[in-house]
Formats: sequence, structure tokens, C-alpha cells
Amino acid sequence: MKPEGYTPSMRESLDRVVASRPARLHETWPMMSPADKQEILRKWHPDFIPEGMRELRVGPNKGTRTPNELANLLEGHSRLRGVELDLEQVDYETDVLIIGGGGAGSAAALLACQHGAKVLMVTKLRHGDANTMMAQGGIQAADKENDSPAQHYLDVVGGGHFSNDPGLAEALVRDAPGVIQWLEGLGCMFDKQSDGTLITIHGGGTSRKRMHSARDYSGAEIMRTLRDEVRSYPDQITVIEFAPAVELLLDDKGQAAGAVLFNLETGEHLVVRARQTIMATGGSGRLHYMGFACTNHYGATGDGLVMAYRIGAPLAFIDTMQYHPTGAAYPEQIVGLLVTEKVRGLGAQVCNIHGDQFVFPRETRDVEAAAFIRECKERGNGIRTPSGFEGVWLDSPMIDILHGPGTVEKELPAMVRQFRRFGVDIVHDPMLVYPTLHYQNGGVAIKPDCNTSIPGFLVAGEASGGVHGRNRLMGNSLLDVCVFGRRAGTTAGQQFGAVELGKLTLAHVGAWEKQLAAAGIETAVESPLVLPDYARHGR
Amino acid sequence: MAELEMIPIYIMGKRYIVPNTLTIMGALEYAGYTLIRGVGCRAAFCGACSTVYRQEGDPKLYIGLACGTLVQPGMYLTQIPFYPADRAQYRLEELPATFATLVRLYPQVLKCLGCGTCTKSCPQELKVKDYMAAAMRGDIARVADLSFDCIMCGMCVSRCPAEEAQPNIAILCRRLYGRYLAPKAQHLAQRVTEIDAGKHDEALAKMKAMPDAELRQAYNTRDIEPE
Repeated sequence: MKPEGYTPSMRESLDRVVASRPARLHETWPMMSPADKQEILRKWHPDFIPEGMRELRVGPNKGTRTPNELANLLEGHSRLRGVELDLEQVDYETDVLIIGGGGAGSAAALLACQHGAKVLMVTKLRHGDANTMMAQGGIQAADKENDSPAQHYLDVVGGGHFSNDPGLAEALVRDAPGVIQWLEGLGCMFDKQSDGTLITIHGGGTSRKRMHSARDYSGAEIMRTLRDEVRSYPDQITVIEFAPAVELLLDDKGQAAGAVLFNLETGEHLVVRARQTIMATGGSGRLHYMGFACTNHYGATGDGLVMAYRIGAPLAFIDTMQYHPTGAAYPEQIVGLLVTEKVRGLGAQVCNIHGDQFVFPRETRDVEAAAFIRECKERGNGIRTPSGFEGVWLDSPMIDILHGPGTVEKELPAMVRQFRRFGVDIVHDPMLVYPTLHYQNGGVAIKPDCNTSIPGFLVAGEASGGVHGRNRLMGNSLLDVCVFGRRAGTTAGQQFGAVELGKLTLAHVGAWEKQLAAAGIETAVESPLVLPDYARHGR
Repeated sequence: MAELEMIPIYIMGKRYIVPNTLTIMGALEYAGYTLIRGVGCRAAFCGACSTVYRQEGDPKLYIGLACGTLVQPGMYLTQIPFYPADRAQYRLEELPATFATLVRLYPQVLKCLGCGTCTKSCPQELKVKDYMAAAMRGDIARVADLSFDCIMCGMCVSRCPAEEAQPNIAILCRRLYGRYLAPKAQHLAQRVTEIDAGKHDEALAKMKAMPDAELRQAYNTRDIEPE
């Protein structure tokens, strides 16, 4: 089959988008009032679908509303049930164990190494296989004259509906300019003017233009740079790929003490003994909450949450997920994949089947997504695709009209290529978009230094919770992984020297099984999930 | 849209019947594979899923990303999830951004034949040969620019008769460019100095201590920088 672009019925609607464009170029749709925002979220945001959540029955968050898919895993059995393991046979001894090879894990590895720690980084897939690699739009930092960390703070907590942990939000905005400078020094090619001024634009919910980018490969540029830097310290940082952690280890004093790894290719279990353990396993989009398609990496299965929960670390904001308003809704092959918010940052508007605007294009992500869903589900103004999906138009051709020919190709090369592979030319035709599961707003509760309630156990990046409260702004996730990855590495690097480890134990796993039994939970689920089950079974 | 059809493809020589609307990755999973290697972001950013294939009646070898290529009837394919390219050891902060650095770390740069096999094998459609030519001239900025969209899948390396390590040469050039050749952001350095000196502490402390109602008021009435 050859990719064929839009169907005739989709073209009819597109003609109306083209017809309304000259008028729309001079039209600004008003932002919603605070009351309207709350109303639309309650009615249309997927977090508010009651049957999609249930209360946890065991563990530190007993009674907390949690998406069913995650609750099933949190209440699962250990994958080590019935596995004979001699914890005296230590395969790897290290100062700092980092679980996860994405942005947060890599930043943590570099900083822990700077503080003199011997680092072992283990990752489920390859080093750099992470949502960080896929972030397109950019990274926020208040480094312009009209901006300030306090102004950034206001946007962060407003975007999070005033639920964010203030100490974490402060850490995020305070470290932000330093993070950009660090990355610049590592050789990240941020978009700049000829005098070195960083090019910054708006994102949803920003009051200042503080979104820095590297074309639309912002995350890839940061991830591959951090990975290359990690590879420059082979004597201090050991990386083991395709070896996910499946259970954390404690010692007999209750300190975190490493992990049990599972070699995905040989089926062998390996014991890591570590004086500090940093969890940087990222998010859980591949659990497809509420049945949504997702933008996430194949490995985003929430493994870190499961392991942390089993050693008794409480989770925060775990009932809130981010649905990115602009996931691809067509062509079929890319449904759910991310269409960067930079498209709207560059001025593209959103239109319904009639070619009319219906929402300010840069509301915060939760509000924008809810508005798209309402436009399709309540008002019937969505555009249907041949394979049964639905979406609204994102008018990308406006960008070249606003900023000059060639802007789309120059600023959005990944998007142009992504759609062209399947027959759609986004320079000349709008994209069809619909909300897609994008980000886990919550995670393991952390302090600003990334420590948790378990001594020697730190968490950074998407696996942590509290920084963004109930909604994250664009560009604050790449920032989060760098800020808190660096903080976790620094903290672990400062703490490991004073740690005296006792005898390794998996007693918490036995205790967990007893808790499940006591709560009357009967389940066949073993967790962490490790890999999503996409293979077709049987005929 | 063309009608949905079931078509034969050959995965490492074995025949499977799959829907023609699938990507190669979708087809592998439809056939029953649980992917471990050869899968990553599933969105053409990570370079994990490069695939070599032929089409029926065509002797040519094609290269594509499994997540970004539609199946074709009779497609004959294998994935190449890993390729052991040479990577030099260096500390960026110790390197001069010069041609001599490139040649010292990657002496093979000078052996490029200019055959263009790399360009033909790039699933990102990059002008790999052109950036290698720029590397041979020591034009680090040009290498950085032309190679920017590289996802480091390594397929150019797999096909190169001169045994170059194009993606690793390219990232070295991008990092040298980003650190040494691109103009520094002065406003950034200034802001970092201010923060380090505690100049923003008071404003942040005030914001953090603000009662909820006042914070909401400040947010809802904040001025927005115009376009």
C-alpha cells in the first residue's frame, strides 16, 4: 500500500480550514476564565472518568485513587516469587546504582561521578531509550531580561493548579538557567541568534517566552549529548543495557542497598549491592490509561513505581496523568504519536470540521486537551478518519505565512519527516490531532534533594511526583530530568561515603506477599511489567 | 485510502501474512514477535529499529526504520538493532575544536572514498556523504548542521566500505560546535551569576510563602508577553 494523504471527505473539511485562514490570521481566540477551565476539566479531562480509577488496597498509598492499569501492577506479585537467589553472591558492587538510562539517569550518573562515586547504570533497553529522547518542543528556563525564576515559578504552580510541592517547584525554576548553561557547556546545540542570544518562544501556560529548543529534536539533542558525555567516563560509570531491575534490595537496617536485575536476553538474575540507589525509570504511558494511545517510549511501563512501592515509598499525585492535546490522529500508522507543542508555539491555530477556531491554542495542556475532546464528543465537530479515529485540525501551514516560507521545514524537521513518511505534507496541509497519553504527572514522593522516605533511595525525573502537581507545562519535563537528575547524582555522591551497608535482604518481598494475602487480593499479575504485551497471540 | 489487504512478507526468510496498513514494527508484532532489541521510541527518534529489506523482483537493498516504514507485498527483511561502530575516547573540555582533533580521534576520516553509500543508506535522508566531506575539510560547523537530525542508528556504518564511524564523528562535531564555536549566550551567564549571588532568593521566597488566594490572584492577573 502506498501512503495517500487525506481522503476526499477530509479534504472537504480542509477546504474550509483554508477558506477561514485569512480571517483567522487576524483573530485571537480568548483564553478561558479560571472557572471555565475547572468546569471543562471536570467534564472532559480523562483524569475525571470515574470508572478508570480505583482505590489501592495495600501499601503506603492504601485508599488512594489510582488508574486501574497502574493499580493492577502496584498490587501485583513479585517477579522473584519462586526464584532461588543467593544474595551473598553479589554480581556488582558499586557506590551508586542508577536504575534507568534516560535523561535523569544520565544526568545523575555524571554528577555522582563528579562527586567521586563509582557508578553503575542499568537500563531495560539501550542507554538513551527513554522519553527524554522523544521530547521535541523544548526546555524552559527563565534567562531573559523580562523573565525571572519567580515568574517561572508562578507559571509552574498556576499550570499545576496550585497543587505542586513548593520546594520542588522552587528547585525546578532556580536550577533552570544553570541547567541550560551546563548543557551549553556539554555542547548542546540550542537554537541561537548570531550574537548567542538563545531563541525562546511561548509554550502552553507560559507568561514569558522561555522555551529553548534545538530544532524539534530538543530532547534527542540533550539525550545524545548526555549519553556521549557518560561514555567519556568509562572507568567511573559502567552501563549495563537490557538488564532491567525487577526488585529493589534493602539491608537488615532498612536502608536501600541495590537491586536484583534481570538480563532480558539470557534470563539470568544478577545481584547489585549499592550504597545509594537512584530510581530514574521514567513514566508509564505504555500502560495506556483509559484506553488512550500514547506518545511514550516502548519501555515506559512504570516499573520504578512498582519497585519503590514495594519497599514502602509513598507515591504522590498518582491519580493524574497528562494527555497531550496534539497526538497524531491520522495517518493510522502514527496515531497517538506526539505532535510537538512547538507547532502551536510558532502560531498554528486549532480548527474544527467547519474550519472554525474553538479554543485558545496555548491553554495549559490539560485544558487544551479537554477542549479538543469536548469539540469532538459533545459538539460533534471532530473530523473522522477511515480507520475510525477522530480529531481536530492543527493548522501548520499558518507558520510559514506568519514567519516566512521555509520555517516549518527549518523549525520542525522531525514532524515534517514523520508525516511525509506516511504521505502527509504538513508544510501545505494541516495535521489531524487528538489528545494522547503523554506524561505521568505524579510518582514517588521526593524531597528537593531527591531523597525519599527510605534511606539511601532517591528518585528523579518522571518517576518522581510533586514537582508539577496535577499538570505539567511544556518544557518543564526536559528541565525536570536535568534539574533533579543532577540533584540526585549530587546527593547520592555526597551521601554514599557515610553509608555502612548491612546484610542484603528481600524480606520486604515476602512481607508484601503477606500483605496481598491479608487484603484478600487474588491476582495473576506479576510486576513490574518490564515490556508491554503487543505481540499478537494465536489466531 | 487503499483497501485493507492481507499481504505476505518474509521476516528473516520466514513467510507471514500481515495487513498492508502496518508498519514493519507493527507487522513483526502482528506476526507474534515480542520485541526486545530492534524497538525503542516507536516514533523515529531513537534509531533502535533500523531494518534492511528487499522488495519482490528488485535486487536492491533498502534501509528503513521499522516504526516508520509501511510493509509492502513480498518484502524480505531483517532488523539490524546494533552495529559496533568505533567510538574514540575523549573529554570534550580538553579538546581544541580543530581539524587536527578530528583526525587524531578519528583518523579514518581521511579515508572516506566519497562513494555516497552512507547517504543512500540513511533512513533520515541525511546528506551523510556531504557531512563527511565537510569533516575531511575540517568544517566542524557544517558537519554539525548537516548531521543534526542523525538518530545514530548506525546503518551508514554498516554499509561504509571505508569503515567510517559517521554518527560518532558527527556527534563529536556537534559537541565541539555547541561548546566552542557557537556564540555563548551572555544573558544566560548573567542570569546564572545573579542566581548564584542570591539575587533571586527573596522573590522566590516571597512567591513560595504567598497565601493560596493571593497566589491564584497573581497567576490569574499576570501579564503575558505578547507574540
